[in-house]
Amino acid sequence: MNTKVTVAGVELKNPVMTASGTFGSGAEYSEFVDLSRLGAVVTKGVANVPWPGNPTPRVAEVYGGMLNAIGLQNPGIDVFVKRDIPFLRQFDTKIIVNVCGKTTEDYLEVVERLGDEPVDLLEINISCPNVKEGGIAFGQDPKAVETITREVKRYARQPVIMKLSPNVTDITVMAKAAEAGGADALSLINTLTGMKIDINRRTFALANRTGGFSGPAVKPVAVRMVYQTAHAVRIPVIGMGGISTAEDAIEFLMAGATAVSVGTANFFNPYATVEIADGIRQFMAERGVEDIHELIGCVE
Amino acid sequence: MKTKLTASVVSQEALTKDIFSMWIQADEIAKEAVPGQFLSVYTKDKSRILPRPISLCEVDRERGRLRLVYRIAGAGTREFSACQAGDPIEILGPLGNGFPLEAAKGRRAFLIGGGIGIPPMLELAKRLPGEKTAVLGYRDEQFLRGDLERYAKVYVATEDGSDGTKGNVLDAIREQGLQADVMYACGPTPMLRALKAYAQENGVECWLSLEERMACGVGACLACVCQSTEVDGHSHVHNKRICKDGPVFAAEEVTL
Repeated sequence: MNTKVTVAGVELKNPVMTASGTFGSGAEYSEFVDLSRLGAVVTKGVANVPWPGNPTPRVAEVYGGMLNAIGLQNPGIDVFVKRDIPFLRQFDTKIIVNVCGKTTEDYLEVVERLGDEPVDLLEINISCPNVKEGGIAFGQDPKAVETITREVKRYARQPVIMKLSPNVTDITVMAKAAEAGGADALSLINTLTGMKIDINRRTFALANRTGGFSGPAVKPVAVRMVYQTAHAVRIPVIGMGGISTAEDAIEFLMAGATAVSVGTANFFNPYATVEIADGIRQFMAERGVEDIHELIGCVE
Repeated sequence: MKTKLTASVVSQEALTKDIFSMWIQADEIAKEAVPGQFLSVYTKDKSRILPRPISLCEVDRERGRLRLVYRIAGAGTREFSACQAGDPIEILGPLGNGFPLEAAKGRRAFLIGGGIGIPPMLELAKRLPGEKTAVLGYRDEQFLRGDLERYAKVYVATEDGSDGTKGNVLDAIREQGLQADVMYACGPTPMLRALKAYAQENGVECWLSLEERMACGVGACLACVCQSTEVDGHSHVHNKRICKDGPVFAAEEVTL
């Protein structure tokens, strides 16, 4: 049985990856799962310098999901390179570094620093809804998407995945803009902007007022956007948004995703990633599917 | 080692109108759990996806049982309160770091709990060596007082003045002229802030257990941070993770 997939020339042993921001750099969840069982680990966003993130409360539960406004707290590229990359290198998995920034220069600085590092792919976060500058500001305007993609590609030594925001009218416009800028792959969806009011305290549940909505409830939106995007571009699409079971992951594959990421599910099931990888194999075995490519994009 | 498992409810009891006590059978976790640690408890209703962090009130190593005393704060904890003996319940733990017991060796210790911060003081009282004074702050209805009286001298403060000192735990400490060399406290942030200031003024070593909205409970998501005095080891900013670096901190470690 073949479960290997290739994203931008990088072969993954299976299509299951982690979603940025839900898995740190793997250390915490390595107490629960063998990271070598995963196709890739996608790290939490890393910037050129440490970011403190937003005030608390940073998370709130909503029906079938959650809101978060962490604000991309991260240790910056220096610590990341010294501590997190060597940690991940101990495992037989691919390393995808999520890169965030406030300005184009910030992104380029991180991308350049990673050039000589043993990482496999870069994922450029132009879609975080929880920071005032950078993030989503780049991801909601097709011209900005194309420009930053092109800039990043000029400096990147690894293939580049552009992570798209669902907070747009037509996801295919952004997808095509990233492709035109030279992106090697796309990943989607980032979180949907949401809000929750605490009616007892008569205020916002999150200190940031708004936060990114994720979890099982967002899955239909994500599947639809992955399907639309996969049909709009020729580069591979990595699908995510509410995946918590193998069946969820297979929906994304059938919608046209070459690989999938597991995010919020890690919070309620720390074994989710490996269980999903196993579940995909089981699904294939039960139905006599020899090659995972028979599933990818099989729903036209 | 942290484990997620399906435990079994041994008993459930209402202590007040909204505070419940639940014993659960969880041998693996009970073997290694220490006072000050907590569990992530998962609801059966899958529309509520996040675990509820609940502190350990008692650990019965011999019988492999854990006691959780918790307040009904919403639909998730209400679901827990309906669990009956024999029901399965999903938990992950033990999580976080416990209270440093050695700090009380040969010294007088304060165990201070405010409201739903009282439960972790019980297992602490059981394991702590030396002379122990528990100061408990209640709004009105009291709970766990009898349990604590078996291990420590107990003083009470009530907001409504229905028993003990009218006011808060610091009012009780002052009114009774209580003294200690080391203090362990859990409760609402204003209480912890006041205790930290009191400890500094009086040269008392002070350990605080903090609370914040959590998602993962294991240090990955960075939701439950508190402001730390020193640069933290994870993100190299001033944010320690309550779930992983805490929930117990030295008072001077954190800015409240």
